[in-house]
Amino acid sequence: MTDKKPVKDFATDWDHTDPKWVNDPYPIWQDLRERCPVAHTDRYGGGWFPSTHEVVSAIANDTEHFSSRLVVVTNNKYPEGSPPAPIGGAPPITSDPPFHALARRLLLPAFAPGPINALEPQIRALCRRHLDELSGEQIIDAASQYAQFIPPGVIAHMLGFPSEDGEIFRDFVHVVLDLIDLSPEVRAPLFVPMGEYFDQQIADHVAHPRDDLTSYLLNVEVAGEKLSPEHVRGTMVLILIAGIDTTWSAIGASLWHLATHPEDLARLVNEPDLMPLAIEEFLRFYAPVTMARLVKDDMEFAGCPMKKDDWILLGFPAANRDPEAFEDADKFIIDRTINRHAAFGLGIHRCAGSNLARLELRVAVEEFISRYPVFELDSSKDVTWAQGQVRGPRHIPLRVPV
Amino acid sequence: MRVSIDTEICQGQGRCFSIAPSIFDFDELGNGVVIGDGTLSDETLSLARLAQSNCPEHAIFIEE
Repeated sequence: MTDKKPVKDFATDWDHTDPKWVNDPYPIWQDLRERCPVAHTDRYGGGWFPSTHEVVSAIANDTEHFSSRLVVVTNNKYPEGSPPAPIGGAPPITSDPPFHALARRLLLPAFAPGPINALEPQIRALCRRHLDELSGEQIIDAASQYAQFIPPGVIAHMLGFPSEDGEIFRDFVHVVLDLIDLSPEVRAPLFVPMGEYFDQQIADHVAHPRDDLTSYLLNVEVAGEKLSPEHVRGTMVLILIAGIDTTWSAIGASLWHLATHPEDLARLVNEPDLMPLAIEEFLRFYAPVTMARLVKDDMEFAGCPMKKDDWILLGFPAANRDPEAFEDADKFIIDRTINRHAAFGLGIHRCAGSNLARLELRVAVEEFISRYPVFELDSSKDVTWAQGQVRGPRHIPLRVPV
Repeated sequence: MRVSIDTEICQGQGRCFSIAPSIFDFDELGNGVVIGDGTLSDETLSLARLAQSNCPEHAIFIEE
């Protein structure tokens, strides 16, 4: 990773792991919107980055020309053993129509508002437990001592995995989402422990079926047939990976915002009715997730000569900062009432876990500011942001009232 | 005045039934549905418009 050339011009050589992009991507995207608006790179085997809401939305809604076979940009467009389109390695996020609708339909009822809202007391208790553990401390890390524990606990519960395995999950997430720049030869072996872990969990659920998502996926039938083992495993990988880093980043970014904007923290503490609007604005302003697509065939799109299997880095966070789509797009307005943000994507791949993510984000912020109505950044340690397609703070040193 | 959701366009973003639970509900997949026949009064029209202007998929339609 260290031998990479720094980017001189993001319009012709973008790299979302470049330190400039990782630390502060917003001015880069604004510059691209004014100049391109679709940037190109030869890195990662070639790809495009649309920076406007209009083009992001057009691509997200065009499954005829763009495939979801791979949704994370790496140096390998043809990973060994990955099922081809329209299924892909982690259905339904990696699936294309018509298979996509079938795989998605199986999952949606478990993530619909009814069953998800029922988890609220449990999530609240989880948040309180982690806050209790911090009691008496004056300096805390809101990312590594709080935010990062919430989503793994919830996901472990839903999948029926041991709740103490959170650290194992975070290692998997790190391999899949952060270590994208390694060569395929170095990267592939890192996936072995994850495969073994899922095999173990599946074997345990086959031997001892119970009321959780894993048993559901193992037993559900489509047209009289059970899902293939690859499908079950792929979907479990999806739920685990997509449900952890993303929400943890959203919680962290929101707390970081409140730590650095005392006027917004005070308003949220004093006007709890603002919470629903604030949550949507956190999601718009700090949207953590960028997805990828692959170009299906050579074509010209948005004035760009796209080639088969070029990457598309689908910047929903960039779309959320487009002044053509949002008034004062680069301003955080805690009570913004018109907010058609795309934090959960657009089109058929809308984040299946969005109801859960919103609930976790709301409860985690509510519990945090109820415990600490005042807090500020502590300068003893730096705030660091994760690189790659899920952006969020990994360390948020805070000074809190004892 | 009447509000409707185009079910071909709706992707279950969940904004409408959060903003206007008196007008919208969700189905078992989490997609938005209009409660009753969608008839709006002068009082509910502005709420329906607010939900419409927050739908990321542009799936809500209002006939005036």
